Amino acid sequence: MAGKTLFDKVWDAYVVDEIKDGPSVVYIDKHLIHEVTSPQAFAGIEKRGLKVFRPENTVATPDHNIPTIDQHLEIRDQLSRFQVNKLTENCDRHGITLYGLNHPFQGIVHVIGPELGITQPGMTMVCGDSHTSTHGAFGSVAFGIGTSEVEMVLATQCILQPKPKKMRINIEGKLSTGVSAKDIILYVISKISTSGGTGHFIEFAGSAIRGLSMEGRMTVCNMSIESGARGGLIAPDETTFEYIKGREFAPKGGDYDAAVEKWKKLKTDEDAVFDKEFNFDATDIEPMITYGTNPGMGAKIKDNIPHESEIEKSELNSYQKSLKYMGFQAGDKITGKPVDYVFVGSCTNGRIEDLRVVAEFVKGKKKAENITAWIVPGSKQVEKQAKQEGITEVLEEAGFKLRQPGCSACLAMNDDKIPEGKLAVATSNRNFEGRQGPGSRTMLASPLTAAAIAVTGTIVDPKTML
Amino acid sequence: MPSEKFTYIESSAVPINIENVDTDQIIPARFLKATTRDGFGDNLFRDWRFDKNDQPKVDFVLNNEKYNGNILVAGKNFGSGSSREHAAWAIHDYGFKVVVSSFFADIFKNNALNNGVLPIQVSSEFLEIIFNEIEKDSDTSFTIDLGKQEITISTTGQKEVFEINSYKKECLLNGYDDIDYLLNIKDKIEVFEKRN
Repeated sequence: MAGKTLFDKVWDAYVVDEIKDGPSVVYIDKHLIHEVTSPQAFAGIEKRGLKVFRPENTVATPDHNIPTIDQHLEIRDQLSRFQVNKLTENCDRHGITLYGLNHPFQGIVHVIGPELGITQPGMTMVCGDSHTSTHGAFGSVAFGIGTSEVEMVLATQCILQPKPKKMRINIEGKLSTGVSAKDIILYVISKISTSGGTGHFIEFAGSAIRGLSMEGRMTVCNMSIESGARGGLIAPDETTFEYIKGREFAPKGGDYDAAVEKWKKLKTDEDAVFDKEFNFDATDIEPMITYGTNPGMGAKIKDNIPHESEIEKSELNSYQKSLKYMGFQAGDKITGKPVDYVFVGSCTNGRIEDLRVVAEFVKGKKKAENITAWIVPGSKQVEKQAKQEGITEVLEEAGFKLRQPGCSACLAMNDDKIPEGKLAVATSNRNFEGRQGPGSRTMLASPLTAAAIAVTGTIVDPKTML
Repeated sequence: MPSEKFTYIESSAVPINIENVDTDQIIPARFLKATTRDGFGDNLFRDWRFDKNDQPKVDFVLNNEKYNGNILVAGKNFGSGSSREHAAWAIHDYGFKVVVSSFFADIFKNNALNNGVLPIQVSSEFLEIIFNEIEKDSDTSFTIDLGKQEITISTTGQKEVFEINSYKKECLLNGYDDIDYLLNIKDKIEVFEKRN
């Protein structure tokens, strides 16, 4: 019999029951909730007269709709305030741990899980947010769910889920200077498209992946779902164990040592078979940016926007519609386009390492006059660490505006909106039409690329500035 | 959500011949601040449907009286992006009971099924035929027989069988819901917890 993949090992260990010609019943270790996708789920279980089944397995924080200035004051937007208050009430009533707006652990759910040591290898984790895949960086099976599924977890700590197929993406070789995890994942999605991963869970492997920090691995797994995949994961190794050690909710002392021994077994067997496998050469990856309105429409910054002839027939409508929306022409040079906004933040690239990269690049430089630059730390812990490391000062001197933690302009549910027609370069994960505000235009890139563009005011390949 | 029973539908359809329709188009994030499931239909395809002064955009299909019915037909990779169930709620609340495409994003498919909206995946060839028939005659009617797992173009008789796992099919036919199922096996869940 063929061996098992890492995904199989974790998934199979959590199957409570299987329905014939139907989904599996999967037990969930950790459930993260936020203010936007949970209220209807609480209302649902209460309507059935139920209490939360295992409140100790759920952790809550507000992140999606919250303001990123004056967080010590009452939220001004009435609907947002109501939603955040609802989260607090629901958590109080059901005994769920909540890291509220002024709590030192508050932040974007997918940033706080790992940094607090809540996320650990071999777990099953879900959240009513597609970017739950971030936690797969630790070798856990983590995926986004809808609100009906949030309700299932609150009611039974389980969900019904068809077992996804398995894909492996191997990236071998050494990344060149100026190329980061974000470029890897934008490159991969540009190759396999936004539906290439659909129905699959992706294991990322190969020396280029092994060489990434945990933050980098989180960026890759975070955006794995932009290929349509259910989630992404990476086998844990010394880098993983070292990252977890000493964190707030990580096992301590002997428990930690015992956990590491267990975690070391979490890897794909050599004879395991994947439903699909891709191999990419790390040396072919260059700083990437998107030019269209889905994350699969990415190109090397130094290249031109592709011509119609280079686009698959089934994607042609999308391609034409998106170029029209972006105001770009086929064959345009990507570099040199003037930019209005730079946004550094989100669950994709709002961690301390991302802020460090930006600070290191802009130190002693100034942002261009035409640029409004927002830096939004992913969590209160990131914000605190940035202050301690002097990053805050460097960024402020360069003319960046530092905000308080939250999802912010990634999805523009709060006031952090890119105005109509303006062009933003964002380190977040989606460039959909109007994603960052009605009529806004978004190009996705790495923190280093965003920093370089903030300084030049136009699209530039950061490699040319190193 | 315990939903109404889904059996047989005969209706004309509304075509959106665009691929990769993402959840931010189906329901933009700024409309996600509600704490109930109701009323999202008003903002379905908000930014394609209305201009910035909230006036209907005449060239968008939902504003064209020619097209109506409770079947939505869309290009490949429908519902990509966010896990927001609000997308399925908006489609359901607007009055659609079926979405036809040649490919669906995973989470959207689950969310639709959990709200009594049937996602029907057809071949890309059949999808093209459907779009062509609607273009020829916007009143073209379709029948959806969930029991037989068949979608038929009434005027031409062309049909295709679609896949749905038998568990979900039973749920839709009977208006059951996943939470009822899970609550019924709580003892098994507790046994699992003790074992691990």
